[in-house]
Amino acid sequence: MTEDRKQSPLMDDRLDDAELERHLLQSWQTPGGIWKALATVDHKTIARRYIVTAFVFLILGGLLAVAMRIQLAQPEARILDPDRYNQIFTMHGSTMMFLFAVPVMEAMAIYLVPLMVGTRNIAFPRLNAFSYWIILAGGLLLWISFALDAAPDVGWFAYVPLSGPEYGSGKRADIWAQMITFTELSALAVAVEIVVTVFKQRAPGMSLDRIPLLVWSMLVMAFIVIMAMPAIMFASSTLILDRLVETQFYNPAAGGDALLWQHVFWFFGHPEVYIIFLPAAGMVSTIVATFSRRAIFGYLPLVMAFIATGILAFGLWVHHMFVVGLPRLGESFFTASSMAIAVPAGIQVFCWLATLWLGRPVFATPLLFVIGFIVTFVIGGLTGVMVASVPFDTQVHDTYFVVAHFHYVLVGGAVFPLLGAIYYWFPKMTGRMMSERLGRWAFGLIFLGFNLTFFPMHILGLLGMPRRVYTYQPDLPWGGLNLFISLSALLLVSGFLVFFIDVLRAWRSGLPAGPNPWKAATLEWATSSPPPAYNFRRIPVVDACDPLWMHPEELAVTAGLRVDRRELIVSSVVEALPEARESSPRDSIWPFWAAIATSIMLIGSIFTPWAVVWGAIPVAVTLIGWFWPKGTAEDAS
Amino acid sequence: MKERAALDVSKLPLHGMGAASPAWWGTCGFMLIEGSAFALAIAIYFYLFSIAPNWPIDAPVPDLSPGSVLTLLLLASIVPNILVSRWAKARALAKVRIGLIVMSLLEAAPLAPRIFEFPAMHVSWDENAYGSIVWTLLGLHTAHVITDLIDTLVLTCLMFTRYGDNTRRYGDVEDNCLYWNFVIVAWLPLYVCIYWVPRL
Amino acid sequence: MKSTSALPPLALLVSGCSGAQSVLNAEGHAAIELKALILGIIFVCAVVWLLVTIALVLALVRRRDRNDGAISERKAAAVVSGAVGATVLVITGLTIASFYTTRALSEAPGPELTIDVTAQQWWWRFTYGGSNSADAFATANELHIPVGKVVRLRLRSSDVIHSFWVPSLAGKQDLIPGRENTLTLRAERPGVYRGQCAEFCGLQHSHMALFVIAEAQADYERWAERQRGPVAEPTEAEAVAGKAAFMAKQCAACHTIRGTRASGTTGPDLTHIASRRTIAAGLLENTRGSLAAWIADPQTLKPGTHMPLVPLTSDELRQLAVYMEGLE
Repeated sequence: MTEDRKQSPLMDDRLDDAELERHLLQSWQTPGGIWKALATVDHKTIARRYIVTAFVFLILGGLLAVAMRIQLAQPEARILDPDRYNQIFTMHGSTMMFLFAVPVMEAMAIYLVPLMVGTRNIAFPRLNAFSYWIILAGGLLLWISFALDAAPDVGWFAYVPLSGPEYGSGKRADIWAQMITFTELSALAVAVEIVVTVFKQRAPGMSLDRIPLLVWSMLVMAFIVIMAMPAIMFASSTLILDRLVETQFYNPAAGGDALLWQHVFWFFGHPEVYIIFLPAAGMVSTIVATFSRRAIFGYLPLVMAFIATGILAFGLWVHHMFVVGLPRLGESFFTASSMAIAVPAGIQVFCWLATLWLGRPVFATPLLFVIGFIVTFVIGGLTGVMVASVPFDTQVHDTYFVVAHFHYVLVGGAVFPLLGAIYYWFPKMTGRMMSERLGRWAFGLIFLGFNLTFFPMHILGLLGMPRRVYTYQPDLPWGGLNLFISLSALLLVSGFLVFFIDVLRAWRSGLPAGPNPWKAATLEWATSSPPPAYNFRRIPVVDACDPLWMHPEELAVTAGLRVDRRELIVSSVVEALPEARESSPRDSIWPFWAAIATSIMLIGSIFTPWAVVWGAIPVAVTLIGWFWPKGTAEDAS
Repeated sequence: MKERAALDVSKLPLHGMGAASPAWWGTCGFMLIEGSAFALAIAIYFYLFSIAPNWPIDAPVPDLSPGSVLTLLLLASIVPNILVSRWAKARALAKVRIGLIVMSLLEAAPLAPRIFEFPAMHVSWDENAYGSIVWTLLGLHTAHVITDLIDTLVLTCLMFTRYGDNTRRYGDVEDNCLYWNFVIVAWLPLYVCIYWVPRL
Repeated sequence: MKSTSALPPLALLVSGCSGAQSVLNAEGHAAIELKALILGIIFVCAVVWLLVTIALVLALVRRRDRNDGAISERKAAAVVSGAVGATVLVITGLTIASFYTTRALSEAPGPELTIDVTAQQWWWRFTYGGSNSADAFATANELHIPVGKVVRLRLRSSDVIHSFWVPSLAGKQDLIPGRENTLTLRAERPGVYRGQCAEFCGLQHSHMALFVIAEAQADYERWAERQRGPVAEPTEAEAVAGKAAFMAKQCAACHTIRGTRASGTTGPDLTHIASRRTIAAGLLENTRGSLAAWIADPQTLKPGTHMPLVPLTSDELRQLAVYMEGLE
């Protein structure tokens, strides 16, 4: 069959629309059946799995937060013992950061970037499939250990020596460290896919100045991942080495240093915040433009602000270490750089405000979440300016003030836009609309619940309540506020409940969405909802930043692609001039096996260093199976 | 929405080489990741150096010979490596086949002096932080050498199959050569750190 | 029971416990400076937030006329540039204010008293007068300082990272194994100031409190004199039996009572334990009952504490508590 096709490849310009769609489906669609489903490399399917998985982890992490709020509602409560509480707050932070926030943002990129740049699949789709299985394995490792009462109890930051060989008992810290390896491996893989998709697979004509802002934000995020994540992988690996084979990286008695851990951890840990925030900023830019009914104000300043944020993100890590006793000069530098990041943040906020001002806002649910975002994120940003000041920080560092601050940044700054984004793109992903009425309720409850829960924590911190305490004594003046916070958390939980009910309801029986329910401008709305396996019947040609607004009636497309194999257009980096009709890999079960082999190796290495040696053999075998050509039409050149 | 054919792409090649190939960019992406890891490892080396009262900690300076032999072997492999890359670009199948066999040998060769590098440190990984970081630097680089060696061996086999004479394979060979150059270049600062910084 | 003399410090403790561990209740030189800075920055930021929110509301609800296209686009560009400029000014101002506060804090004169602070899971050891000198003495979880004097704390940890934080007196500073940090305090008014460990340090991070008692120079001298002095020999029969039990059981292996053969150093020095307000790092008020309860079952009161459960008869327990109560 392959040989026949080589003789006279089937081209799209010789077919009418219905015939074309039939042939494209044949080439691109994953057939039914569980094995086929495990082998799929469709970026949309994998992104949906990622998103659902991440939201499951959000629910689990949220339940842990509820458990902590129940424990803290009254002084000296004995509902959770300190060991369980320490596991819970460690699990909460680790789950939210590594299994929810980063993966969900990457998942949105996996879903949206190929559609928004007008291509048919993400670059390296098999690597994409692999990355999902890997993060799933990492999440399972962490949560199974929790079910077995062996979860990490050293905080999501795992400071040595508490997490080191001398004080961290059992395998708890090792499980934490290896979970990090899993999630970062997956994040790095996705980052490379995003970079190459954006650089090389943009629709012809989508020059750098026509890339949608969300794609820009994802690109900058991917570069931050590439530069920052090696640090945490290095940190977690050296921690395991210290614990397993007695290296001395963090042992001050043998030339090591406890602060080295903090430097390496925060060199990753601070950029991590922007890995989460920048995609959210991209979502906000998209939603603001669509519902202001006009092009974004300040496209170029916004892109510059994203890039500046990405660069400055690497100059701030020491502000997590202002009370460890570093030289004053260094502290002053990091105060200045931490303050400076307020400038690109300010540029973004002002551009969004200007867009709203100049436009004609439509108060749909996604925009409500964005409005909530601006109000809360500005608070988080301003408290960020506060903790950037060394003297200020010496009083609030490691208190509930900081807990309040980063929840304002991460929930207000990233989860609100994410929920808005779910309302916004849910119709594209499922073909069905979510409810405006339930959406308003969800927004109202979450916005109110969030602020009532977290704002009082600022005050608690100033009243002297430290973080990570499993209880506090009755004679301290914190009981009333803590009870208030715990009750407010119920409001927040009920808001999320409404949101999830709406998601489930809409998934089953929401109103049909049509291709472009919001009358938005970017390419993902040029195809049907949900998009077919091949994304676009014909690959679009772009001549504007807002293509669907510029040409609402007609879509310029390319002609001359083969449909008998998975084919897409590779274009040049700056101007997006077409360079080749590249093939895109077919479904393959090998990434699944490779992920299993990798998981066995990584989990084995918690127990013995030799697992790295014998575990590498099946990994190599599966990788060879993955890359070995199968003689399909995709291999032709 | 109505579609209007605006661009005919049927004349485009079926696979781009070099910067026109996503695989080339992917290789660059992974080199950037690993380059960050090497840079970080070197930064940690200097951090530990800066807080230690004397360096190396409780050990003589490492013996120069195994590491220097390895460095020379790596440098010697640059020329054939670049030649293989050129032959691949020219799609010269026979030359590429021979070149890959030679490169497999040249990539395996450094592993011999590498075995002697570890004892040449005169310190064990678990004695002190100095031992830990130099063993880690060596181990990290060895992992890269082995990874690229396996990649080269698999490619060599592949070039002798019916899938060999294919633009994609030639692209793979070029990317593999690029990666081996990265393995060589990454070693040079490590060599300076491990062998020459303690002699300062 | 000497209830009359016990009353004033107890009253002080109660008032001291409630509210004294607060950034806003600043009674130390550094804390006062910091409070001014903190309130100032919060005020500026609140104004900024208010302006942004007003702009947001106006942007959303302003009346739109039909032809405000091109002109307002230019106007918006000017306003956005202005706002960015204002942002730069505000953060520059805050940075400078922050530098000035740092400088003011570091300009304190040389220390008049140096105290060694050692943190361990989960209590504080305070050593006065250097570790080797003859009149050195150690206490636990209760730091006495003279009011108005510059006191330098040398901070060390003997296990994991901890953080010394008494918000009413000064900002926090970490105690890191393998490193030494310093923190300078100057209490401006006498009082009892609560603090607690601010860096997560394991199971009982929550119960690692301390009290700083700032008192007039004369009172401080009197206190130090008594701490330096020898242990009170028990006279009551029960207390004598308690001492015997203390020496016979494991107690002496971990605790020091100067002048006896108890010279362990893993646990707090108990030479003058009865003079302290609380036991177990602020967990319990120091009474005969709580002493007995603590000795009888430390793992229930403070799960994970390194104080082991020592099997005792109820007589021994009572005798030990009486003995402890006499160690003034």
